[in-house]
Amino acid sequence: MAIFSVPSPFVARIQEIMAFLNRQLQAVFSNGVRAQQSRLASNDVTFQTKPYKLHKLDDGPNTSVTLNREDALKFYREMQVIRRMESAAGNLYKEKKIRGFCHLYSGQEACAVGMKAAMTDGDAVITAYRCHGWTYMLGSTVTEVLSELTGRISGNVHGKGGSMHMYTKSFYGGNGIVGAQQPLGAGIALAMKYREQKNFCITLYGDGAANQGQLFEATNMAKLWDLPVVFVCENNGFGMGTTAERSSASTDYYTRGDYVPGIWVDGMDVLAVREATRWAKEYCNAGRGPLVFELATYRYHGHSMSDPGTSYRTRDEIQEVRKTRDPITGFKDRIITANLATEEELKNIDKEVRKEVDEALKTATSDGVLPPEALYTDIYHNTEKQVIRGATIDETVVQKYKNTAELLKENK
Amino acid sequence: MSNRAASLLVSRLSRTQQTRSKAHFTFQPSTQLPESLQSRERTKQNLMQAVNDAMKIAMETDDTAVVFGEDVAFGGVFRCSLDLQKQFGKDRVFNTPLCEQGIAGFGIGLAVSGATAIAEIQFGDYIFPAYDQLVNEAAKYRYRSGGLFSCGGLTVRSTWGAVGHGALYHSQSPEAQFTHTPGLKVVVPRGPIQAKGLLLSCIRDPDPCIFFEPKILYRLAAEDVPVGDYMLPIGKADTVRPGKDITIVSWGTQVHVALEAAQLAKEKLEIDVEVIDLQSIQPWDEDHVVESVKKTGRLIVTHEAPITSGFGAEIAATVQKRCFLHLESPVERVCGYDTPFPHVHEPFYIPSVTRVFDAIKKSVKF
Repeated sequence: MAIFSVPSPFVARIQEIMAFLNRQLQAVFSNGVRAQQSRLASNDVTFQTKPYKLHKLDDGPNTSVTLNREDALKFYREMQVIRRMESAAGNLYKEKKIRGFCHLYSGQEACAVGMKAAMTDGDAVITAYRCHGWTYMLGSTVTEVLSELTGRISGNVHGKGGSMHMYTKSFYGGNGIVGAQQPLGAGIALAMKYREQKNFCITLYGDGAANQGQLFEATNMAKLWDLPVVFVCENNGFGMGTTAERSSASTDYYTRGDYVPGIWVDGMDVLAVREATRWAKEYCNAGRGPLVFELATYRYHGHSMSDPGTSYRTRDEIQEVRKTRDPITGFKDRIITANLATEEELKNIDKEVRKEVDEALKTATSDGVLPPEALYTDIYHNTEKQVIRGATIDETVVQKYKNTAELLKENK
Repeated sequence: MSNRAASLLVSRLSRTQQTRSKAHFTFQPSTQLPESLQSRERTKQNLMQAVNDAMKIAMETDDTAVVFGEDVAFGGVFRCSLDLQKQFGKDRVFNTPLCEQGIAGFGIGLAVSGATAIAEIQFGDYIFPAYDQLVNEAAKYRYRSGGLFSCGGLTVRSTWGAVGHGALYHSQSPEAQFTHTPGLKVVVPRGPIQAKGLLLSCIRDPDPCIFFEPKILYRLAAEDVPVGDYMLPIGKADTVRPGKDITIVSWGTQVHVALEAAQLAKEKLEIDVEVIDLQSIQPWDEDHVVESVKKTGRLIVTHEAPITSGFGAEIAATVQKRCFLHLESPVERVCGYDTPFPHVHEPFYIPSVTRVFDAIKKSVKF
C-alpha cells in the first residue's frame, strides 16, 4: 500500500466517500441481504471493518477488507481451536489436573488469529501470561499446549514451564511478570533492524500492563531508534479485577505511546486485526519506526482460575458481549451470509476441532513426566554432572545430561 | 540412569503428581501464647483472616493508615483486605494500577510525608519490579537524609513461598534478597497468631518493613487467635519445640516441615529436636539461636529459597563463629535447590520432611 502524508481531515473525507461508494456497491451486489459485504469478480468478498482510530498518523489501514473462502475457513477453524482448547484447559484445571496458574484467552481469539494472518516468515511475537492461543497459532499443537499445562513430557517445554511459559521458534514466550515482556520486544526488534531483516516484532500486553513503567522505557527506545516493533495493547477491559477506567488515567491506549503513532482496532473482528497488522508490518518495514495498537477485545473468563470474574462485572455484561460481539459467532455469520462457507461446512469444522482437542486431552492426561534430573537441566549452559536426591534417598541419581534435549534423546 | 530406572521414576512421579494436591506438610497450631496474651479471649481464624484483622485494627487505631495494591478494594486475590473498603472508605482502601515499582515508590512518598502506608504486592515474585524502590529508596531514606526523613510508616505485605502449584513466578521466597539491604526489616509469620501480632508490629514500626505471608497458609492454617489489638516483637525468635539434641532453625511454612521431621526423629531415632521459628529474618535473633546451639551442639537451617546465598548461609556463618567450640557436627542446610522454582518438579524441589529428617540423621551420626 502506498504510504502518503496528507492532512487528516482530507483523509477522513476520502474515507467517507469510499465508505459511501462501498455501501452503494454492497447494495448492488448483496441484494440487501447484508449491507456489509460485496462479492468481487473472484471468490473474494469485501467487508467493512469498524473505523480505526488514528493517533499521530495521517493515513491508516483500509476499512475495506477482502476475504477469500480458504482464509475464511482457516480463520474460523483457528478461532474455534483456541476456544475449544481453552475450555478444555479450564476443565482440566477444575479437575485439578492442571497445576500452576491458568489464564484463558477465550473471547480474544480474533486478536491472535488476525495478527498471525498478517505475519510472514521471521516475524516475531512476545506476549504476557495469557499465551495459550498464541502458542498454538505460532506452531505448537493443541497437545503440546495442553500437555504443558498438565506438566507432561509431550508439553511445549516438556512440562518445565506450565501455563505462562510456552515458546516456539518465532514466539519468545508467555511471561509470568506483568509488563516484563515489553522492553524484550523492543530488543527483539533491534536485532531485526540490525540484521536488516524485513520483519517486525509484535509485542503484546494487556490494559493492566499498560500502566507498567517498563512500557514507557521501551516505547522511548523504540521511537528513538525507529525499531520495527508494534506494541499491542490487548484491551480486554480488565487488569485482573480492576476495570480499565479505574486503573488508567487515559483509556485511549492507542494514544499512550505519546510520540509513537497509534491505531485503535476492533479486536473482535479478525479481519480488522489482520488488515491493521498487515498495514503495520509495511509501516515498520519501511523504516518508519514503532507503532502502538489498541485491540478492543474482551475476556469471558476471570483473570485467572481463582477469579470467578463476576465480582467486578455482571454476568449480564459477559452474556451481552457473547451475544453481540463474539469474535467467532460474528465471523461465522458474516462468512455464511457472504456465501464463503455453508453452515454444514462450519459444523464439520467444529466436529474436527472437537476431535483434535479430545485427542490432545487424552495425551495431556496420560503422558509421562520428565524424570527428576530434568530439574537441573537448562539452568546454565551445559549443566555439570551432579548427584540429585529423589523424594527418598533410594531414588538418588546422577544428573549427567548437559541439557533437557540430551536427556530426552537418551531416555526415548 | 538406566531406562528401567527412568521409567520407574516416571511412574513414581506420575503417582506423586496424582496425589500432590495435598500440602507437603501439616500445619501445627501454636501451643503456647506469650504471657501477656494468655488471658485473652480467642477466636478461630485462618491466616488470611488474621492478616485482615490486623489491618482492620491498624486502620481503626491510626487515621493515617491506608491500604492499597492490585485489586485490594474487593479483598485482593487472597481476600486479605476483604470488607476493609466497606468499613474505611474508598480513600483509605484502594486499588492501584498494575505497577509494582509505582506501588512501592508511591508508598514511600506517602510514608515519608507522615502517613502509614500498607502496600500489597500480590506475589513475592512481583516484588522485583519494585526492588529498586525498596532497596535504593525505602531502605536508605533515613540514612541519606541524616535522620531528617524516614519512610518507617511503610509496610509492604507480599505473599510468599511454595503453594503446591505456583511454578516459576508464583512460588519464590525472596527474603534473603532484602536482608542484604541494611535499613529494611523482613518478617515471615508461621501462622495466624504470629501473622496478626507481627503485622501490627511491622505497620507501627518506625522503619520500613517487608512482611512476607506464606500463601499456602492463608486458608490451610487456622488456630485460636487472641481477640483485639496486640503486637509481637520484631527481632525475636520463638522456640516452638524444645529439645536437647539438635536445633533446627526455620521460618514461615518450613517451620511446620521442621516440626514434622522433629516428631519423626523422636519416634524413629529417639532424638530430641529443638525447633526455632526465627519469625524476623532481619533483624534476626542471634542470641536465641546461639544459646540453643550451645545447648544442643548441632544445627540445621532449613528454608524454601535456594540454598546458595540463602539466609541459612548467614545463620551458619554466625553460628560457626559464636558456637565453634560447642559444635558436634557441621551446620547443615536443607533448602530449595539452586534451580528456578520448578513447575512439574515442585515435590522434588521442596525441602521436604524426609530431607530434613535425613539431615538430622546425618548431623547426629557425624
